[in-house]
Amino acid sequence: MSTATTPTTSITLTAAESRRRSRPHAAWRGRVRRLPLALITIVLLVVEIYPLVWLLLGSLKTQSEFMNRPTWALPQNWANFANYATAWQAGISRNLLNSVIAVFPSLALIIVFGVAAGFALEVMVWKGRNTVLLLFLGGIMIPSQMILLPLFTVYFRIHLTGTMWPLVVTYTATGLPLTVFMMATYFRAIPRELFEAATIDGASLLRSFWSVAFPMMTNAIFTVGLVQFFFLWNDLLLAMTFTSGSGHNELATVQVGLLSFQGRFGSVQYGPTMAAICVNVLITLVLYLFLNQRVMKGMTAGAIKG
Amino acid sequence: MKRVFSDRKTIIILLAPALLTYTLAMLVPMVWSLGYTFFDGSLIRGFTYTGLSNFTAVFHDRKAGQAILFTVKYAVTITVGQVLLGYLLALLYVFYLKRASSIIRTLTFFPVVLPTVAVSLLFSKLFEIAPTVGPVNSLLQALGIHAMNWFGSGSNAFIVIAAMDIWRSMGFYGVLLYAGLVDIPDDVIESARLDGASGWRLARNIVLPLSWPVVVSAVIFSINGTLKVFDSIYALTGGGPGQQTTPLTLYMYQTSFAYGKYGYGSTIALTLTIMCLLVTLVIFRSSRKDLTA
Repeated sequence: MSTATTPTTSITLTAAESRRRSRPHAAWRGRVRRLPLALITIVLLVVEIYPLVWLLLGSLKTQSEFMNRPTWALPQNWANFANYATAWQAGISRNLLNSVIAVFPSLALIIVFGVAAGFALEVMVWKGRNTVLLLFLGGIMIPSQMILLPLFTVYFRIHLTGTMWPLVVTYTATGLPLTVFMMATYFRAIPRELFEAATIDGASLLRSFWSVAFPMMTNAIFTVGLVQFFFLWNDLLLAMTFTSGSGHNELATVQVGLLSFQGRFGSVQYGPTMAAICVNVLITLVLYLFLNQRVMKGMTAGAIKG
Repeated sequence: MKRVFSDRKTIIILLAPALLTYTLAMLVPMVWSLGYTFFDGSLIRGFTYTGLSNFTAVFHDRKAGQAILFTVKYAVTITVGQVLLGYLLALLYVFYLKRASSIIRTLTFFPVVLPTVAVSLLFSKLFEIAPTVGPVNSLLQALGIHAMNWFGSGSNAFIVIAAMDIWRSMGFYGVLLYAGLVDIPDDVIESARLDGASGWRLARNIVLPLSWPVVVSAVIFSINGTLKVFDSIYALTGGGPGQQTTPLTLYMYQTSFAYGKYGYGSTIALTLTIMCLLVTLVIFRSSRKDLTA
């Protein structure tokens, strides 16, 4: 018995001993093997973030700093906001206001229409609802170029060019397919018994949509709204087509305004151009910094629709 | 109870606003666009029926051919770049950074939300050579390489476009594919490790097949987006030099609004739509085959 146990204990001992001896070595080797990955991570962060740091620093530089000092030099005066003042007066403020006027009403319409349609397509029971859902889904693939010319013609014929209406209508329509589809998916997760209970308690279906379903979707609405906000706010094609035609420059949204700003100042006055880009970047960046988890979730959820 | 949920009036009230807006501002224009393909003219000049001449024109137009080629080249390059780098990022998050990856994911994702126009202008400044030397050329000079005029030739401009769009969206695909990788059960990977699989073999034989459906949907999503590219190229190069970086979307815009040919523009838009549909179908089909084989 004892002769049998001794070798085993001695074996385990030596094994433990050798493990103890080799551990610092293994840890060191592990660290070396991980070094390239750590380096890759650092390079990745520099590549992703340095351009924006450079932009921010550039927006604080004077014209002579751009011309006479190397591009990675720090600004000489950290509180030089003259570029921002120039950019602001050159029309950025007007563009921001236009974007707000175009984007937020569209966003509200997209959400109310989208949630209602999602409810009608997923909670209500009727023949052909899957076909209608597919019809909406098909809209996700259609390129905007396919609807641009007829819409342009119609808006022109009914004298809407020169107002914000073409943009609001088009934004609402293009935002609906994805929103309807996502809302239908969210409603699928809510048990129908909930709405049945509301009906038994005497609520009409419209009432149970407005007082039960809509509040329950707050989270989903917020996520989808956020995703749509970025799409609409960053849009160039539709904004350019429907606002800059026939010389209505006072309707230019942020993106259209930034592009024409670059055209007027870009190759001459570096500071103001950098400041204008910076303002544009900062708005979305600040929003993202506060809500990043939600933005990431919403954006990727919109992609897996397949 | 069932009757309550199939009340026609309620359905109409809830569905009508969305369906009406969608039909009037998307479906009808789409069909209308199809009609335009048989006409020549514009809003100002008026329209004349020309039959199929727009379609034959697409085949004989050298510029259209160039635009199709550029669109395909762009879509393939960017899709491969986005999804491949995104996948490597996702692997990095899951197997190396693990818990610490949250902050890195957040940081690499943020270029996704930045306005395309702003990013394009930023990159045109990053790659600038005159009147001031931008950071990229400065770096090249520091490494002893000649600074380049990046926007002087089509092939160089393409490099900048590719770098920009991959820079912008790599973090997005990282997070998208990360979600797929995290879904792989830990014990599957653990048992593969116990069986002696590690590193490349683990990734090739276990991780990749298990995350394949997510990869396919990422590819479909990416190719659909890249075929429709407009904003970033319009703001960065404007299609130049010459016609060398003009995708179909931009060529459609030019023919419609600069040359006033709505019919031809619609034909180009239709070509693009068909390309999107075909590519999606082909990928979908082939990926199904792979899974069953």
